[in-house]
Amino acid sequence: MIEQIFTASVFASMIRLATPYIFAALGETFGQRSGVLNLGVDGIMLMGAFFGFYAVYITGSLVLGVAAALLIGLLLGLATAFVSVTLKAEQGISGIGVYLFGLGMSELLFQRLIGTPKSVSGFPPIHIPVLSDIQFLGIGQIFFNHNLLVYVAFALVPISAFILNRTTFGLMIRAVGQNPEAADAMGINVARVRYMTVAIGGMLSGLAGASLSIALLNVFQQNLTSGLGFIAVALVYFGRWKPFGVMGGALLFSFVNALQLQVSSLNLNIPSEFAVMAPYVITIIALVFASKQTEKPTALTKPFDRGE
Amino acid sequence: MTDSPTMRRIQHLHMQGIVKRFPGVLAVNHVDFDVQAGEIHALLGENGAGKSTLMKLLYGLYHPDEGRILIDGAEVRIRSPHDAIMQGIGMIHQHFMLVPSLTVAENVALGMKSSRGLVLDLDVVSKRLRELSEQYNLKVDPNIPIWQLAVGEQQRVEILRALYKGAALLILDEPTAVLTPQEVEDLFRILRKMTSEGHALIFISHKLHEVLAISNRITVLRDGQRVDTIPTSEATKLKLAQMMVGRPVVLEYERPPCQAGAESLVLSGVSAISDRGDLGLKDVSLKVCAGEIVGVAGVSGNGQRELAQVISGLRAPSGGSIQVGGRDVTGRPPSVLNTLGLSYIPEERMVDGVIKEFSVSENLVLQDHGRPPYTWGKIFLNFRTIARTCKDAIRAYAIKTPGPDTPVKNLSGGNIQKLVLARELSRRPKVLIASQPTRGVDIGATEYIHRRLLDERAKGTAILLISEDLDEIMALSDRILVMYEGRIVGEVPGGKVDVRHLGAMMAGASLDA
Repeated sequence: MIEQIFTASVFASMIRLATPYIFAALGETFGQRSGVLNLGVDGIMLMGAFFGFYAVYITGSLVLGVAAALLIGLLLGLATAFVSVTLKAEQGISGIGVYLFGLGMSELLFQRLIGTPKSVSGFPPIHIPVLSDIQFLGIGQIFFNHNLLVYVAFALVPISAFILNRTTFGLMIRAVGQNPEAADAMGINVARVRYMTVAIGGMLSGLAGASLSIALLNVFQQNLTSGLGFIAVALVYFGRWKPFGVMGGALLFSFVNALQLQVSSLNLNIPSEFAVMAPYVITIIALVFASKQTEKPTALTKPFDRGE
Repeated sequence: MTDSPTMRRIQHLHMQGIVKRFPGVLAVNHVDFDVQAGEIHALLGENGAGKSTLMKLLYGLYHPDEGRILIDGAEVRIRSPHDAIMQGIGMIHQHFMLVPSLTVAENVALGMKSSRGLVLDLDVVSKRLRELSEQYNLKVDPNIPIWQLAVGEQQRVEILRALYKGAALLILDEPTAVLTPQEVEDLFRILRKMTSEGHALIFISHKLHEVLAISNRITVLRDGQRVDTIPTSEATKLKLAQMMVGRPVVLEYERPPCQAGAESLVLSGVSAISDRGDLGLKDVSLKVCAGEIVGVAGVSGNGQRELAQVISGLRAPSGGSIQVGGRDVTGRPPSVLNTLGLSYIPEERMVDGVIKEFSVSENLVLQDHGRPPYTWGKIFLNFRTIARTCKDAIRAYAIKTPGPDTPVKNLSGGNIQKLVLARELSRRPKVLIASQPTRGVDIGATEYIHRRLLDERAKGTAILLISEDLDEIMALSDRILVMYEGRIVGEVPGGKVDVRHLGAMMAGASLDA
């Protein structure tokens, strides 16, 4: 039975299903490292998913689909930054507002513009020559047989780590998230840095949504993400604000997801509800242990005020 | 880091007619201030006199409502710290502006352009930092994270960073507040070297002897206005104190000989876990007798906070025993300790001392509000008694407040501290724990609080005075204990004390060494 469960296709779906988590959680990592908690990720993902889908549905162009998702993500990211940074609103609450806006608006637009569930042809799998043919342990199938956005997501992990740890911009982000007063005294514009990170987070959230609607599932429906964006926020804590940690969390989570799909397809004598619950239960357990040893940005959720 | 503004000289900086208003307050009122290359100009004043505000205006953190700033005769506009840095102005803040999780080099590189464009050049920064630290004899490892450095080392990083950025004029906001006497001497040595190389320094302080020791000129501010600027050679402690307070003050108290009675507070081998999770208090034993003031000296963060909390029942000891008035009270809650005659003046008065939204009268009966005479039948508050007691306290302790119903948050630091003192002393304590009783309190109120503590001593109260202010410890204590890394490392009798000896113990050298 073990061979039936842990197949190469399960590991392949693990990699594939990790994509939206990685995009959204990496974006959220940038925001949180600079001290802004964006709980509206799921709402931005839904809007990105819808606009990406709609652009492809109308034009058939995947490039336009991605562009539409990035653009709406950017706009909602800037709106989030305006509320959190400029208006200094309570971030936990305003994020829920952004989520509900995205949830309702994407549903409304879907009803008005499309109506019934339809599918589009999304990003096709790319068979990487030679590598995708490796039979040994199913490596070809697991790693080298995915659509473009999967590769982009995994490529963004080292890139994000490099930006955060090795660039002047990354240093500013870390300083602003740990001690905004110090960053301010060193001549850094705290608000501008936070706007930029939240905008990046918005764009990546939009892309995360599009990765569902035009690459993984190729459909749009009401509440397509079903709370995936909230898991992405949790993954940032789980990954201790480090891109590779976040990727590890995303993989663990998508692995349990993939396993759950496999188990339910095998008609084993396990109530399917348990299988559906499993990823969330595991997340909570993992978070309980992960959150104890935090390297949390100390200024997270705290608006910056010079006191003038 | 090629773009660091090349060390431009500031021969003369002049602030003219500076005005800064905050809602309801005129924080800086038409102040003129100037500083020249090669001099240390001290800015002296009480808390709230406007020293820090004036300097934040110069550093671009605040913007003046009126007035102008001239550098070498030309008017400059400083809209942000970035502008200030570009003009060659650096500032060492009272609370260090360092990011604890970042390394020394990263903190220096922060906000500067890199020689590699977008990519950090920390190796280049480290190399230059090493050169600078040799030049000024300021030893710092560039690759160590800030949180691993002691406070004095963190200050060196701040100074190095300012030098790195080419500061020609350096503002030091209360730089000695967190240093041991030895570290203060080191700092002064560095400052003198900087002036000899043509830097202009502004030294903010409220400690008279330091200002007298280091500065060339002194400007005194009071209530947002400049009282006067005088050459240091013409200044004396008494004269400066009078300028600061606006009336004659007494700087030394008469202390009748100690009439030590029974042992009122006894700690044997007490240990406690700190908030960081390590052993913050290690095997501490001490005794305080009735009618005696025992001072606990030490640099901030060496277990003083844990000591005060353990005795007052706010932190559970992990070992040892505590006796108050001969009764074992180890691990008992504050309510029990209160009834045994223990009073506590906490160091964080706004957090642990008062409820700042509550009124003066409510705060005055915070512990005893549930008992007669403040209640009818233990259920209903007796507002008439509360009001009367409160009026008496306000008068007796000279608490400046618009009325008993004013929220405490609207009072000044000194008056809040007097309120806490009034409340704790009105309970006629046998044992008083006073933790940093005059931190952030103006000279006038400090003088008053010191007198009340000496009065309590005369009445036979056992007082444990925990303070980072050595002057305070030396002025009041009959015996002085020194804490270092959670232990008591030495004891010296009060009165004539060798400051250097005390400072050495505060820095970790043991008494017998």
